[in-house]
Amino acid sequence: MNQVTAATPVPAAESTSASPETLHLMVENVHCAGCIKRIENTLANMPGVAASRVNLSTKRLRVDWLPGQTTPDAIAETVTDLGFPARAFDPAALEDGGEAEDRRLLKAMAVAGFAAANVMLLSVSVWSGHFSGMGGATRDLFHWVSALIALPAVVYAGMPFFASAARALANRALNMDVPISLAVILAAGMSLQQTMKGAEHAYFDASVTLLFFLLIGRYLDRRARTKARSAATRLLGLRAATAMVIGADGKQRAVATTSLVPGMVLAVAAGERLAADGEIATGRTDMDTSLVTGESLPQAAAPGDAVYAGTLNLTAPVEVRITAAGEDTLLAEIVRLMEAAEQGRAKYVKLADRAAHIYAPAVHILAAGTLAGWWLATGDWERSLLTAVAVLIITCPCALGLAVPAVQVVASGRLLQRGVLLKAADGLERLAQVDHVVFDKTGTLTLGEPALVNADDIPPHSLRLAAALAAHSRHPLARALVKAAPQDDNARIDLADIAETPGCGLSAHHGGRLLRLGSAAWCHADITASDTGAATGPEFWLADGDDTPVRFVFADRLRDDARDTIARLRAMGLGIELLSGDREDVVRTVAGEFGIKDWRAQCPPAAKVQRLKDLAAGGRHVVMVGDGLNDAPALAAGHASLSPATAADISQTAADMVFQGRSLAPVAEAVAVARAATRHVKQNFALALLYNVIAVPIAVAGFATPLVAAVAMSSSSILVTLNALRLKLVK
Amino acid sequence: MDVLIYLIPAALFLGLLGLGAFFWALKSGQFDDLDGAAERILMDDEDKPGTWFGIHPPCH
Repeated sequence: MNQVTAATPVPAAESTSASPETLHLMVENVHCAGCIKRIENTLANMPGVAASRVNLSTKRLRVDWLPGQTTPDAIAETVTDLGFPARAFDPAALEDGGEAEDRRLLKAMAVAGFAAANVMLLSVSVWSGHFSGMGGATRDLFHWVSALIALPAVVYAGMPFFASAARALANRALNMDVPISLAVILAAGMSLQQTMKGAEHAYFDASVTLLFFLLIGRYLDRRARTKARSAATRLLGLRAATAMVIGADGKQRAVATTSLVPGMVLAVAAGERLAADGEIATGRTDMDTSLVTGESLPQAAAPGDAVYAGTLNLTAPVEVRITAAGEDTLLAEIVRLMEAAEQGRAKYVKLADRAAHIYAPAVHILAAGTLAGWWLATGDWERSLLTAVAVLIITCPCALGLAVPAVQVVASGRLLQRGVLLKAADGLERLAQVDHVVFDKTGTLTLGEPALVNADDIPPHSLRLAAALAAHSRHPLARALVKAAPQDDNARIDLADIAETPGCGLSAHHGGRLLRLGSAAWCHADITASDTGAATGPEFWLADGDDTPVRFVFADRLRDDARDTIARLRAMGLGIELLSGDREDVVRTVAGEFGIKDWRAQCPPAAKVQRLKDLAAGGRHVVMVGDGLNDAPALAAGHASLSPATAADISQTAADMVFQGRSLAPVAEAVAVARAATRHVKQNFALALLYNVIAVPIAVAGFATPLVAAVAMSSSSILVTLNALRLKLVK
Repeated sequence: MDVLIYLIPAALFLGLLGLGAFFWALKSGQFDDLDGAAERILMDDEDKPGTWFGIHPPCH
């Protein structure tokens, strides 16, 4: 376990008393109420823990603990033992201002909603009073009360738009927020002026409802977006903060990861992640190298073998001589690749933004033209300005602002029902454009868990023996062996002196004979003599005394409906390609299985990214589907990306979408929904345009009273929302 | 129409009360974890901790 320290140090005077300190942990694998309950209940029963709370949205755990009664290490270890790997982090370092901005928008939305409801109430009274002979004094009173509510609300709730518009103007650019701000400020200002002189109409209701509708759109948009935090930042969080270094005197001391240098010797305990690249000095173990190679099976590591930062030491403590540390490690290289890939994608311009670039100047020219035209025609500047404001309000991109988020919310809800979690806000749009799919093999086309394939060729007694021995190991192959053995076993097998040798296998005594289960070398198997064909998958051998060792062949199983899904993707006009970090013969077999002609084996992360770049340069829009940590840069580099829910945490963060379950069908489903969603967004833009074609002439002609403006605006927004809901009906 | 003297302030007061309640809820962190809130409603507080360990519902 990594050294864990409390994120917020408490003054020394307090730490001696019983006042609790706060520990922030990042926890993996938390999915549901059951997970929350398990963690919180276990911690509640742990002495020294005052309180704990899991945040499911951010996958974080906050624990208040009492110094002297427990330690942060013990807490992190308890949570990890439950099956939720936990690591400490500094909340200040990870805070990207996103949550503060979310709250700010939510507050602005509440204020705008409150103001809109109350002002509308008064406005409806004024409108109906218009026909039933309301006195001028009452109308003025209503207008003044409206002003009292609307003006502070506009100042407060409009800030997100005003600030963004000001930034755009400072950069000599126009964005959608400029006409919004102009319309809202002008409408509120003109209304105040009209109220002061006791005129018949005021636009307060229009300005606040406009803000309310736009804030809804912006908040929905923002919520979808904050789910996808920078993947690179989270990967950096995986790096251990400290490592145990063995000094010249043979004593161990904790050293910050940042001050490690090549030549130092690290003591790496079982279950600990490596803090630097190096080679094993002493000890034998199994390493989980899925981070670097994507290979899901543990790799045996003996003295002299190269090991990499971020990989997990599984079975036995080893000493590692550092060859590269800090920014030179392979992990740092992956982070750099990912940052570069993310930046490349950031240049993508969303449909809504492209529309805004055309729309915003058009609206301004129209409003300015109206103002000039009316002034030339009537010479009445007040009348001219009022008409221009009406044009600004009616054309205000309210429907445009809702067009994308509304579709997005419906589409993501629909995808969620099919087991696909949409993470990136513009992921759907990018996915709709793809014409080429690149699959990773292990864990994507396959399930990433080995299964015994030659059970029929093995004598039942050998299988039972092997399973009984394998039950004592946590090695993935051993578990697959136990699963494959018949469960009706009534004859108990007595094993004595069971021992596991890291990197080799298991041994035990049974009926006076030495049993060995593990690699060919461990079982002294003569591979050439017993080889019955090319070994494509991992294998185990069982040596029973002096008998000829028995061979157990394993293979990764294909996902249930991978074949159908690939056929469906082909039918949709997509090219299929396979990029794997795995060995060539294994990849060839899988590619042949699906009839995939384009495949590459033994691809390191950088090669995968390069291949995606080449495809992009060739004009292809590629969707990357992968699960390993080594796929993370490629996931970030693809035009769009998907990863299974079993993927490494960081790959899920890098992907636009995460799909669940054992089937591959959600990939095709996601492409279909993305295409439908983009169609609906375009329809929404068309609806917004159609509405403008009808409403703008009315406004320019000067017939747009506040009532007309409010009704027109709301109905266009409702129309767009209804069209988005239609997406639920698409087959 | 005189009744408006009372009704308008009353309506505004009630609205502000709601707004205040929302701000309080936001400030006290009730909107921090919307996903978690959706799941937590499924928890049965009468359950003893032990029963949860036996039947851990599938996460996926």
